[in-house]
Amino acid sequence: MAVGIVGWGCKLPRNRIKLEEIAAVWGADAPSYKKGLLLYEKSVPSPDEDVITLAVGAARNALKRSGIDPRKIGAVYIGSESHPYAVKPSGTTVSEAIGCSHDVHCADFEFACKAGSESMYVAHSHVKAGEMPYALGIGADTSQGAPGDALEYSASAGAAAFIMGTEKVVATIDFTHSWMSDTPDFWRREHEHYPQHAGRFTGEPAYFRTTLGCANALLEKSGMQASDFDYCVFHQPNGKFPQRVAKMMGFDINADQFKVGWLTPWLGNTYSGASPIGLSAVLDVAKPGDKIFMVSYGSGAGSDGFIFTVTDEIDAIRNKAPFTRPQLDENKRYLSYGEYTKFRRKILRNS
Amino acid sequence: MAQTLTARVWREQPQRYRMIANRCTRTGKVFFPPRIVAPGNLNAEFEEVQLSGKGKVVTFTIIRVAPTPYADLAPYALAVIETEEGVRLTAQVSDLPIEQVKIGMSVDFEFRRLFEDNEASVIYYGYKAVPA
Repeated sequence: MAVGIVGWGCKLPRNRIKLEEIAAVWGADAPSYKKGLLLYEKSVPSPDEDVITLAVGAARNALKRSGIDPRKIGAVYIGSESHPYAVKPSGTTVSEAIGCSHDVHCADFEFACKAGSESMYVAHSHVKAGEMPYALGIGADTSQGAPGDALEYSASAGAAAFIMGTEKVVATIDFTHSWMSDTPDFWRREHEHYPQHAGRFTGEPAYFRTTLGCANALLEKSGMQASDFDYCVFHQPNGKFPQRVAKMMGFDINADQFKVGWLTPWLGNTYSGASPIGLSAVLDVAKPGDKIFMVSYGSGAGSDGFIFTVTDEIDAIRNKAPFTRPQLDENKRYLSYGEYTKFRRKILRNS
Repeated sequence: MAQTLTARVWREQPQRYRMIANRCTRTGKVFFPPRIVAPGNLNAEFEEVQLSGKGKVVTFTIIRVAPTPYADLAPYALAVIETEEGVRLTAQVSDLPIEQVKIGMSVDFEFRRLFEDNEASVIYYGYKAVPA
């Protein structure tokens, strides 16, 4: 029995802020940031957007593509590190908004930037075990970055949703693998507004050791190599890290194999949404028979890996919802740093 | 006060979250929010309809001095929108500078944060219009 994705959807905010706009406020050298991190601009949520609204937008697009009755969904999982509430699930609001029944297993996941792929992983496992006909996994974030910190140049917003099922599967999940270690490279304590990070430690050993640990184990498990894949998607905290890890793995970073799912230079780091949104961009253009390699990364630290094979079913549903790349490239509204700080509630007020 | 509002908004979830309307089985007219009795023919039999989430701006006004929960969003457009089903409703137009809001423009309804009493309160969600 083939198990995999039966519908996917993405939702990105329209607001953007350019790297130069942020750099000018903090006296930073924009060209060196652009060159060093390969970041040009990032998405910013509107004041009336948050993880729940972006997750609903992505899930509705996934439902449009799948054409399934939302009341048949057995589980709704949302991975994020910016759930609007500290205590109260995001998933219940999303479930009600997309028209699920009340007989749903609902949970919010947190594992830094890996929470989105976790939700996909668990949703897939439920369906594979025969527990339910459909399960929904969402990665969504309105990421936090402290004013003036390096993270402020990348922390952005977006969501991608994937419905797992067994009928009319558009991308089968052939292999999965997870890899983790206790590597404290990035964290946010209770009641803190912004995360802290360990500087260069976030790259090596954290991101690279973990991503490569998962990616190599996934290749070994599948008996495949980089050249067997039409597309690869990695977690993308900046433009540079995924490029470097893809090159180390033997993927061609100058070809569509890498470039289609590489969005961070223009989107920023959508944290839990990053690799799921990259996968959404790949599915938008993938052809039947294509092989997709995806490895997420979450600080703390861990990676989830997936190998997908695109099926003939994809052409029938591809155009039923908005594509990822036009949401990134069109209808953009550029913000000043002042508007950005207001939108992100960074301004301290007495009231 | 906050608890009363929480309960009221919770009861309105089908309309606020999913735009659930109803259609008179006799005339086919769609009502939003749903009616118990159809005006004109007193028919009490309806079928449930989910609005398509698409419409056109019939008219609008610009709110510059907004009530407290919406103060940070001002200035914004509040529009009367006719949906594809012929229903007219009032909604904020989001994601668009006020000078670009036009009568007759096509809009989609999206799920957005509506308001909150304060940073510790429940967050209320519902539909807003965005440019199609």
